[in-house]
Amino acid sequence: MIFPSVRLSRRSQQVISAWVFILPGLLLYVIFLIYPIIKALQMSFYEWSVMPGDPNEFIGLVNYSRALRDPIVAVSMRNTVLYTIITVPGQMILAFFFAFLVDKVARGKIFFRTLYYIPVITSWVVVSILFRYFFQSPKGLINHILLDILHVIQQPIAWFREPATAFIPILVLGIWKGIGWSMVIFLAALQTIPKEFYDAAAIDGATAWRKLISITLPLIRPTLVFTLVMLMIGGFNVFISVVLITNGGPAQSTEVILSYMYHQAFDYIDFGYGAALAFIVAIIIVTVSYLQIRFLRRPEEIS
Amino acid sequence: MRIRKSLQTGILYIVIIGGAINLILPFVWMISTSLKEYSFILDYPPRLIPEEPSLNNFIKAWLSSNFQQYFKNSLFVASISVILVVLFSAMMAYAFARLEFPGKDAIFYSILLVLMIPNMVGIIPQFLLAKELGLRNSLWGLILFYVSGSIPFNTFLLRGFFETLPSELEDAILIDGGNYFTIFIKMILPLSKPALATVSIFSFLGFWDEYILALTFIDDPGRRTLPVAIATFYGQHATDWGLVFAASLIAVVPVMIVFISMQRYFVGGLTSGAFKG
Repeated sequence: MIFPSVRLSRRSQQVISAWVFILPGLLLYVIFLIYPIIKALQMSFYEWSVMPGDPNEFIGLVNYSRALRDPIVAVSMRNTVLYTIITVPGQMILAFFFAFLVDKVARGKIFFRTLYYIPVITSWVVVSILFRYFFQSPKGLINHILLDILHVIQQPIAWFREPATAFIPILVLGIWKGIGWSMVIFLAALQTIPKEFYDAAAIDGATAWRKLISITLPLIRPTLVFTLVMLMIGGFNVFISVVLITNGGPAQSTEVILSYMYHQAFDYIDFGYGAALAFIVAIIIVTVSYLQIRFLRRPEEIS
Repeated sequence: MRIRKSLQTGILYIVIIGGAINLILPFVWMISTSLKEYSFILDYPPRLIPEEPSLNNFIKAWLSSNFQQYFKNSLFVASISVILVVLFSAMMAYAFARLEFPGKDAIFYSILLVLMIPNMVGIIPQFLLAKELGLRNSLWGLILFYVSGSIPFNTFLLRGFFETLPSELEDAILIDGGNYFTIFIKMILPLSKPALATVSIFSFLGFWDEYILALTFIDDPGRRTLPVAIATFYGQHATDWGLVFAASLIAVVPVMIVFISMQRYFVGGLTSGAFKG
């Protein structure tokens, strides 16, 4: 008993115990996470003063309307969406392709799964620097492969000098680093499908393609939806690779929404505007995730 | 028929190995570059096998400005954060999984909502809060933010696991005069070792690699953690790739060892999240 002198009912003993269990975590969670998020919402309605102690001016939705007219916000938003619509299907399709194949082999499943997962566990900082190295010009590895081995270009590409090419390394990195994560999840899902389903389909004369469309994909659908939602959230969160590979350059053409937010907040010390940008991302992510879960899941899967 | 079958298997393995090579080759290239002492002179065409491999870059990186200190800082922050986050998340998860109390649903839904919101949304007020509380340039400050930031995910994951544990034993402990703390310590924690291991490893990796908060909160060069140190190192020695990669490898190798030796926990954790969705 926690209070031996007082006889508590089972019910109130449970309530008191519960609060003791959640209190330490809850305090940290509220002070260092919830409070800052709510504070960010408040700041987004203010012209937040740089000097502590100076009054902050309430300006309503001005930060938000400024964001709508800011051409760099438009560029950042376009890049963020581009990153998401390229890297999410890129990761999912390649991950499914390899998970499907690895599921078929008799030996070495765990070995391959381990290899494919290694990029996932490596720090974003390290792989971003590594990709920056590969895409150097004129003597980088990628230029060498394209120029001397594949002969698809006539002269080395100055990847980071042109807005048109500077974002490509970031996209390639996003796909490369993420394949293993989806692959491990898909592989686990594929292994739950009973072999009898395929045998029965084979007796009915189903082709491999038919089995994929009619058995495999429908049965792992909840996993596909889960992966899609998680990767979309991840896509909108792209930040470290942009900061370390291009830092938004050249001329802010590869800025994404979080990198632009960070630059506004910590380079230009425009906290109110930065907070508004952060909230725009949050609203988009929560809405998109909600819509995906709502519409892509069958009713019986929502619990 | 048999020939066709083994041909198919052969092609299957070739494609799978081809995929694996593409995912692993960048690391092989990183290792090879780190072994080239004069890597700032880029050889063209790029050579995978260094002509005169040497470990000098590793020695230079390890002995250079504060690197050992950064390693210690990272180890300290990541270890303490893991212990705290696993303890606090497990306690919260137990209450959510097993106990009834007013406010339970509201708090749990707030956790689910926060899981969707990007970590960076609160970074400006977090920065101001750290400044006000004197937590800037403090490793303990970093720990507090790391722990708070990962409580939602870990609580969610552990709650899912605790719910699968049988509850008959709990009733027996209560009848024997035990309380909910006895249940937590004597039953829940011992039965959840695999889940706790998963959560610990994932959290450790996350903290070990964390860059954004460490970059924002720490100015004092002596208190940097490895990811910030490596990024700074890269800024200062941008053309000395061998040195930068040697430093990176020193940071990455412990993570790979942890991963490869404990990978069954990884897969368990990943997929339990996936199937619960």
